[in-house]
Amino acid sequence: MHALFAFVKKEFHHILRDKWTLIILLVTPILMLILIGFAMSTEVKGTTFMVVDPSRDASTAEIVEKLSQSVYFSFGGYLRNEGEIDSAFRQGKAGLIVAFPTQFEAERIHDGKAQIAVITDASDPNTAKTLTTYANAIISEWMQNKYTAQDIPLSIGVESRLLYNPAMKGAYNFVPGVLGMILLLICAMMTSISIAREKESGTMEILLASPMKPVAIILAKTIPYFVLSCLNLITSLSMSMFVLGVPVRGSWIALISISLLYIFVALLLGVMISTIANSQLVALLISGMGMMLPVMLLSGMMFPIESMPIVLRLLSHIIPTRWYVSAMRKIMIKGLGFGSIMTEIGVLALMAVIVLVISLKKFKPRLE
Amino acid sequence: MNAIEASVLTKNFGSFTAVDHISFEVGVGEIFGFLGANGAGKTTAMRMLTGLLKPTSGTGIVAGFDINKESEKVKANIGYMSQRFALYGDLSVAENIRLFGGIYGMDPKLIEEKQTLLLQDLGLSDEKNSLVSRLPLGWKQKLAFSVSIFHSPKIVFLDEPTGGVDPAARRRFWEMIYDAADKGITVFVTTHYMDEAEYCDRVSIMVDGGIEALDSPARMKHHYNVSSMDDVFQMIARKAKRMAD
Amino acid sequence: MLKYLIQKEFLQIKRNSFLPRMILMFPIMILLVLPFAANFEIKNINVAIVDHDQSMLSERLVAKIASSGYFRIAGYRYNDTDALRMVELGTADTILEIPYGFESDLVKGSEPEVLISADTVNGTKGSLGSAYLTSVIQDFSQDLRLESIPQYAKNTIPVVVEPQYRYNTNLSYPDYMVPALMVIGLLLITGFLPALNIVGEKEAGTIESMNVTPVNKFTFILSKLIPYWIIGFSVFTFMMVLAFLFWGLAPTGSLATLYLTAILFVFTISGFGLIISNYANTYQQAMFMMFFFVMIFDFLSGLFTPITSMPEWAKIISYGSPLRYMIDVLRGVYLKGSTIVDVVYDLLPLGILMLTFNVWAILSYRKKS
Repeated sequence: MHALFAFVKKEFHHILRDKWTLIILLVTPILMLILIGFAMSTEVKGTTFMVVDPSRDASTAEIVEKLSQSVYFSFGGYLRNEGEIDSAFRQGKAGLIVAFPTQFEAERIHDGKAQIAVITDASDPNTAKTLTTYANAIISEWMQNKYTAQDIPLSIGVESRLLYNPAMKGAYNFVPGVLGMILLLICAMMTSISIAREKESGTMEILLASPMKPVAIILAKTIPYFVLSCLNLITSLSMSMFVLGVPVRGSWIALISISLLYIFVALLLGVMISTIANSQLVALLISGMGMMLPVMLLSGMMFPIESMPIVLRLLSHIIPTRWYVSAMRKIMIKGLGFGSIMTEIGVLALMAVIVLVISLKKFKPRLE
Repeated sequence: MNAIEASVLTKNFGSFTAVDHISFEVGVGEIFGFLGANGAGKTTAMRMLTGLLKPTSGTGIVAGFDINKESEKVKANIGYMSQRFALYGDLSVAENIRLFGGIYGMDPKLIEEKQTLLLQDLGLSDEKNSLVSRLPLGWKQKLAFSVSIFHSPKIVFLDEPTGGVDPAARRRFWEMIYDAADKGITVFVTTHYMDEAEYCDRVSIMVDGGIEALDSPARMKHHYNVSSMDDVFQMIARKAKRMAD
Repeated sequence: MLKYLIQKEFLQIKRNSFLPRMILMFPIMILLVLPFAANFEIKNINVAIVDHDQSMLSERLVAKIASSGYFRIAGYRYNDTDALRMVELGTADTILEIPYGFESDLVKGSEPEVLISADTVNGTKGSLGSAYLTSVIQDFSQDLRLESIPQYAKNTIPVVVEPQYRYNTNLSYPDYMVPALMVIGLLLITGFLPALNIVGEKEAGTIESMNVTPVNKFTFILSKLIPYWIIGFSVFTFMMVLAFLFWGLAPTGSLATLYLTAILFVFTISGFGLIISNYANTYQQAMFMMFFFVMIFDFLSGLFTPITSMPEWAKIISYGSPLRYMIDVLRGVYLKGSTIVDVVYDLLPLGILMLTFNVWAILSYRKKS
C-alpha cells in the first residue's frame, strides 16, 4: 500500500512537471466541447433558394414571397432558364430551386392542373428531403388559402406534445454525446501513452522487477489520470450548463456516479491498449485514430442507432460511449435518476471488469 | 595544421553561460579526451563544434572549416556517434550502412565493397541482414563506431560511446579507436570512465563551462602528484560550484 | 542523399508491425463499414400505444402505423404514465394515445382527437417522427373517406408540387458520405503520420544526430513527407477503386480535378502537421494537439452536419478547415459532375490555407532551431 502511494505520487510529479502537456490536457476538451457542441446541428434554416419563373404572374410572385418569408428559406434571385440550374447547384449558389411552368396562372385557373417543380441538390439526401418537405408545406398552405377549405368528413384531429425539449435545441441531443466521446478518447489516450512511454524508455522493466503487483501498477497509473479526468468532467459539465445552456434536470448523484464509472472504464481501456502496443506511436494510433471513428459513429451521439443495419446495431453494444450517452441524456435532459439507468450502470461495470481482467492477463509479468 | 581549433568559444542560454570562453587545439591524428562532470558544458561545446549550435561568440575551425560560416562543410567531414543514438534499430545492419554511406554521398559500389570488408573485420558477415535492435549492446556500439567512420571523415566525435558495456568490451572498443587514429582520423571523445581517459593522447577537464586543465594524462598526474586520472579528476571537479542536474 | 533517406523511411514503415496493417485496414473500415452507420435517416421509430378505445377502427389505425415502414410498435400500455415510463427508459420514442369513443366519434361525424407525444431530446428525430405519424393518421382518414364516400376519389387538386431530386436520385446517404469519408484517410496518412514520425525522432533524439550529418533540415523533412505523400495518393486511389467496386460510385466529373484538389489538400495538411511537429516535443503533446484539430476540422467541415445549419461564428471557423473545401470538391465531382470552373471557389481558399500553413511551418521551424 505504501509502495502504491509512493508510485502515485511519482506519477503526479510527472504530470505536473510538464506544464505544457497539462494545459493541453485540461483546455482542449473544453474547447472541443464548446466548438462542437455549438456547431453541430442538423436543423435546416435560411437555405438560399432560386427561382425559374417564365410565367411571372401574380401567383408565382405570391409563392416566392411566401417562401422568402419563412425561416427555412431566403431568396437568392431568379435564374434565366432551366439550363442554369445545374451550374447553380454545382457552384453551391442554391440549395433549392423552384421552377414554374410558362403559363402557371392560366394553367391553374383554366386547366385546373398546374405543376411546380421543387428541385433540390440531393447529394445530401437528408437535407434535400427536409427542404422539399418544408417547401411543399409552404406551397400547400398558400393553396389552402386560395381554395377555401370545405368541411372534410371523417377527419381525425392530432394534438402533438413535445417531451423534454420543446424548443428542439440541437445541443440537448449532441452535448451529452460529444461529452461522452471526448472523455473516452482523452482518457484512453492518456493512460495508453503513459504506459507505452515507460515501456519505450525501459523504466517499465524497473517497475516490473519491483515487488509491486501488476494490479497495483495499473491502479497507480490510472489514479492520477482519474483525478485529471474528474477535473475535466467538472469543467465540461459547467461549460455545458452555463455556456451551452444544457440543463441537468435529473439526479446529480446518478450523474456523478455514472461519469466516474465511465471515466474508469475509459482509463482501463487505455491500459488494455498499452498492453498490446509496444510503442507510443502504436498506442496513440489505436487509442486516438482507431477508436475515434467507431466512437463517433456507433455511439448514437450523432446517428440514430435504430436506423443501422443489424450487425452494426449489435456492434454498437460494445462501445462504452453508447451506454454513457444514453444514461447522460436520461439524467440531463429527461430528468431521471438512478432507477432508470441501471442497465447502463450494469453494462459499464461489466465492461470495467472485463477490460481489467484482460489487461491483467496481458500485462506481462516478464519482458520478453 | 590542427584538426580542431577553438578560440574563446562561448554559448549563453539567456543569462546562463553554458560554455565560457574556451580555447584549445587538437592535432591531426590525435586522440583527444574531453572530460567533465554532468552539466559542466561538454555537450554544449561538442554541439557547437559539430555545427549543431551557433556559438554566442568566438570561433572554431573544424577539419579546416569555420563552424560559424561553413557548418555544412564541417558536417560533411566529420563522423559522429553517441551513446543515445547508435543506429536505427528497425533497420538491418546492411541497411544502416547503406543509409549512412548514402547520406555522405558515397558511391553505391564503394559502399558495397567497403561494407563486405567491414563486416568481415567485425565478424558480422552472418548478421548482415539482422535487425540492429536484435544485436547485443557491445556489437551495436562497435558497429555504430564503424558506421561513423565509414565515410572516412577527418575527425570523429564520440559522445560517451562506451556507456553500459563491460570492461572487456570497452577495451576492444578502444582498440578500434586506436586503429582509426592510426589511419589518420582525429578522435574527439567524451567519457565518464577515467580509465579510458588514460588511453587518450591528451585530455581536457571542463568545470563550470571553462576548461580547467588540459594536458597529457601522464603530465597531469605528475602535476597534481597523484597516481590515477580518477584522482586528478576528483581534485579538479571539486572546484565546481554549479549543480549537476 | 534524399533517395537513401526515403528508402529508410519506407523500410521503417514496412518493419513496423502495426503501421502497414493500419494503413490498409483504415480505408477498408472507413469505406465498407462506416457508411452503413453514418446515416441521419429516421427509421424504426418505436411507438407506444395507449388505446383507450379498443375498437375495430383504433386497431386498424395501429395496424396501419405498424405497416407504414417507419414505425415499430414497442408495446401497449393502459395509461399515459406507463407509456411515459417507456419513453424515459428509451424503449419507446413516441406515444400515440387514442381517446375513448374514437370509433363512435368518427362514425357520428364529430372529429376525435388523438395525442402524439414525441421524445424530442433528439429534436430532428422527434419532430420528424411526429410528422410521419401525423401523415399516417391523415392517410388513414383519407382511406376511410374513399371507402364510404366514393366521389372523393374524383376530387383533384389544382396545383401539384413535383419534387425533383438531382444528382443523387436514389436519395442514397452512403453515396453522399463515401466521397467525404475518403478525406479522412488522406488527412490521417499525409497530415498526421509524418508529423508524428518527426516528433518521434525528436523524442528519441535521433533528429539531432541526423543534423550532425550533411543532411540538412529541409531534406530531412522532405524525406519524411514524400513517403507519406506516395502512400497517401496510393490509398486515395485504392479508396476510389473500393468506392467503385463496393458502392458502384464513380466520379461524374473529371479525375484531373479530383487529383489536383487532392494535391493541394495534401500540401495544406502536411504543412499543418509540420506546424504541430514544431510546437510539440513529445508524442503526447503532438497527439493531443492533433486530436483537437482533427475533431474541429471534422465537425466544422460539413462532413457530418451541413455547414448551412451551423451558427454564424461556426461558419466563420469552418473557413479555416481544409477539409471543408476538399469534401465539397469530392462530393461535387463525384455526384454533381462539377468541373474545375465550378470548384474554383473551393480551390482558391484552399490555396490560401496551403500558403499560410506552410509559411507558418517554416517560420516556426526557424524560431525553434
